[in-house]
Amino acid sequence: MYEGAVQELIDELGRLPGVGPKSAQRIAFHILEADPEDMKRLATSITTVKERVQFCEICGNVTEEATCSICRDTRRDPSVICVVEESKDVIAVERTRSFKGRYHVLGGSINPIAGIGPEQLRIRELMTRLSDEQIQEIIIATDPNLEGEATATYLGRLLQSIGVTVSRLASGLPVGGDLEYADEVTLGRAFEGRRSVSS
Amino acid sequence: MPSKSFASRTYRDQGVVLRTHKLGEADRIIILLTAKHGQIRAVAKGVRRTSSKFGARLEPFMVADLQLVAGRTLDIVTQAVSLGWYGRDIAADYSRYTVGAAMTETAERLTDVDSESATAQYQLLIGGLAALSRGEYPPEMILDSYLLRALATAGWAPSFTECARCSAPGPHSAFSPALGGVACHDCRPPGSAAPAPGTVVLLAALLEGDWTQAVKAEEQQRKEASTLVAAYLQWHLERAVRSMKLVERV
Ligand SMILES: [Zn+2]
Repeated sequence: MYEGAVQELIDELGRLPGVGPKSAQRIAFHILEADPEDMKRLATSITTVKERVQFCEICGNVTEEATCSICRDTRRDPSVICVVEESKDVIAVERTRSFKGRYHVLGGSINPIAGIGPEQLRIRELMTRLSDEQIQEIIIATDPNLEGEATATYLGRLLQSIGVTVSRLASGLPVGGDLEYADEVTLGRAFEGRRSVSS
Repeated sequence: MPSKSFASRTYRDQGVVLRTHKLGEADRIIILLTAKHGQIRAVAKGVRRTSSKFGARLEPFMVADLQLVAGRTLDIVTQAVSLGWYGRDIAADYSRYTVGAAMTETAERLTDVDSESATAQYQLLIGGLAALSRGEYPPEMILDSYLLRALATAGWAPSFTECARCSAPGPHSAFSPALGGVACHDCRPPGSAAPAPGTVVLLAALLEGDWTQAVKAEEQQRKEASTLVAAYLQWHLERAVRSMKLVERV
């Protein structure tokens, strides 16, 4: 155990995703030895992001205004919504340049053991959008892993009765992985070959 | 102290994936129940990349023949050959998915300290997941049967015929989780549940794995049995099984 402030920093860093106690200690000592101006910039960007960035009122994507740039863009097709787990998946799909509609960010996937059910995700907000907007197609682009598949299954069942076309990205995506690691070509192809989930 | 060689730390076993969570950039921690080594926590490196050699073999509900290297805190999965591809059929049906989660969460709880019954728990769980993926019986009945048998394997076998306290022959009409099953008129604690006779017959069938008998039960009895099984589970585990809340009932 270190004294006061150092230990506090190690504890805080250790709470970040993917940072174990050893890495936390290494990063803390890097910060201690680094140029004060550099570290001030880091601290400021953390403060700024927490003050300025929020979630889009419509789709849940990260934004610095009430709604995100994609929802504000009138050139985007308002009749198609691509449902993704997280904001970083919006970036992954945008990279493919094969999707011109809008998004809905769920905030994760259904994971009962972790205490995350449909209620903990932005599913109710999606249903509200469906009743307000002129949406004709929903493309489910959750991660091609087990939790993502189960979430797609749940959404497919829920949306079935509503009278919109529901499709899931084609199985060309390798299973087991995260959407963000799929390359543009593969992901683009998965979009082109999406299959309807109407059963 | 000389550290053991890589080869001597390598071992092989069959295991079922109970749960996973993300680690670092592209790895996952895989919580496994194995046939011979009990519950194991291992790292699967690069598994979240779409190019991973593991593919979907280390996802929840999957059964695999594994090669691992023992580490100080976490083992490392070096090879995985699929033995049971149950995850896909379970994830394709939401009721099955929530039931599967309740089964694996319970298995994790029952095997985190008790390694003695781990092999039996492993066999029981893969049998349950196989039945669930094939859709042989209603998912919630598979769950109730699994929970009763898993608790019995852990040493908490409920009695559904003779009185749990004085062994007076049944049938009895009171059920008490605290007492460990049905109770006769003299032994029944105040506030005991009073299930219908058909419900007690169903519970006994679910515990035995007697499906010919179990599927004869009516909806009302199935509902009542599920409530009692949940109460029995809750009594024996300190913390609630989170997934139980999301299980869809008839
Ligand atoms: Zn938006």
